[in-house]
Amino acid sequence: MNHGTLSGGTRLRMSRLFPGGKSQKARATAILFVLPAFTAYAVFVLAPLVMSLYYSTLRWDGIGKARFTGLANYVTVLTDPDLLSIIGNAFELVLYFTVIPVLLGLAVASAIRGHMAGTFGTLTRTVLFLPQVIPLVAAGIAWSWMFASTGLVNQALTAIGLADWTRGWLGDFDFALPAVGIIGAWVLLGLCTMLLVTGIAKIDPSLYEAARLDGARPWHEFRYVTLPGLRQEIGVCITVTVISALASFDIVYIATGGGPGITTMVPGLEIYRLAFAHRQVGLASALAIVLMVLVLIAITPIQWYAREKK
Amino acid sequence: MTAAKPRKWLARLLLALLMTVTLLPFLSMFTAALAPSGSYPNGLSWPDDPQWSNFAKAFEVANMGRLLVSSTLIVLGVVPVSVLAATMAGYGLAKLTGGRNKWIYLVFVAGLTLPFEAVITPLYYEVRAFGLLNTRFAIILPLIGLYMPFSVYWMRAHFLNVPNDLTEAAQLDGATRWKEFWLVQVPIARPAIMSLTILLFLWTWNQFLLPVVLVRDPSLRTMAGALGAFQGQWGTDVPLLCAGSLLILAPTVLLFLAFQRHFVAALLQGSVKG
Repeated sequence: MNHGTLSGGTRLRMSRLFPGGKSQKARATAILFVLPAFTAYAVFVLAPLVMSLYYSTLRWDGIGKARFTGLANYVTVLTDPDLLSIIGNAFELVLYFTVIPVLLGLAVASAIRGHMAGTFGTLTRTVLFLPQVIPLVAAGIAWSWMFASTGLVNQALTAIGLADWTRGWLGDFDFALPAVGIIGAWVLLGLCTMLLVTGIAKIDPSLYEAARLDGARPWHEFRYVTLPGLRQEIGVCITVTVISALASFDIVYIATGGGPGITTMVPGLEIYRLAFAHRQVGLASALAIVLMVLVLIAITPIQWYAREKK
Repeated sequence: MTAAKPRKWLARLLLALLMTVTLLPFLSMFTAALAPSGSYPNGLSWPDDPQWSNFAKAFEVANMGRLLVSSTLIVLGVVPVSVLAATMAGYGLAKLTGGRNKWIYLVFVAGLTLPFEAVITPLYYEVRAFGLLNTRFAIILPLIGLYMPFSVYWMRAHFLNVPNDLTEAAQLDGATRWKEFWLVQVPIARPAIMSLTILLFLWTWNQFLLPVVLVRDPSLRTMAGALGAFQGQWGTDVPLLCAGSLLILAPTVLLFLAFQRHFVAALLQGSVKG
């Protein structure tokens, strides 16, 4: 402790003030430091959130007089078959956005385990991060073209003799949603892979040595060394990908607009459509609140899993 | 250690495969962009007569010059203010407040998983009430607020790791503390600030929902927001659409390639903490 010019008395008082910050003056300073951020947050997040809650109890077209309807909008969100299938679509997207990147990422990470140095490593990192850097909209356009009737996917299928399978993927009632899912998987694959590769490099190599000396098979090694060691990273991957699946907007807006029918409609896009095209502000807001709660419900257990034992 | 060599090659093979999958959509767009405008090219085929002029045409019809200016203005409006506010708040929350004020931090963190769609409808009416609809401020001001949960969380995490001795060494009230913040704290926080700046830049530049909802004129939007309008207008002309998309994603990709190391570090840490 080197307090230089401070006198003994000041030092004593200071040590009482900090880091507790209980005195009036210190408190005022603290408030001044936090105030700008909190103001911006309050005005553009907290206030709208309260307004969302309020709107969700109204029947309102955004222009005329609003009528209070209590929880009727929530009842609609949770019983209307179309809205339920739209929410279901978001969860189906989780299968693609989350499961594919995490499983493939795990496979790659366990295969690599530490061989990411040098030029090849840099090259890999650069390429795999490209989808994270470009706007999601651009990814949507690129893949709309990949999935188009003359696009690369059909071209490849024809080349390997599966010409019967070719179709306009994003306009197909059965395949549009999986196709949208593939776009999300493509965007998130590189990020998850790199997170897991970085994570696995931090696992103590002696654990693998010990496992091998005990005669562990590769599967056991994976099950008892890799998986527990990557707990935190897997938690991060799942959190990030689940949020981007449930709250997806950009990709769907560009690639399908929710169609054909409502086969690829997701809550994010439906909120936009309800509020600004159909002028059902109350229903849109109820769906918005439900979406927010669903994200929280989906994320919480993952956070518990990742925190445990860490 | 006999397994090391084949394993290394298996890993490289897998990575090469992943890289191919990542790059194919870009390549396919690139070859399509060179096909004659208005034609229906094939997925991946080099055109007989590459139409490099498509890029010039797309640059013109997409109004790229204005878009670059517009996106830059929006980024300049959002990022410095957000970083400054978040650095101050992160410092204030980590160093100046005790357990009794933890709730302020928790209120910030509660916003971490909030989907922007959850507040976009009231934001529209709020921005309209401020008379800012269809101006760049309609994007700038809300984004500053929306970025605060992550930014404050990020900066607070940094300041928690700064040893307390350092703050105590230059410890005084009010104006002096403000000086200490700038002269001592900000310089040590530079790596954290750098990463935050990169992340906020990317998120702002690529932001889509807010521009689409709050700004009708594409030339006042971000690049990504304008791309939506561009697709609506030129969606049937595949070569032109591909050329335009490549141009629109070029700036961030070029910056990324130039500062690859910083971007990768920021994106990796950003998702771990976020």
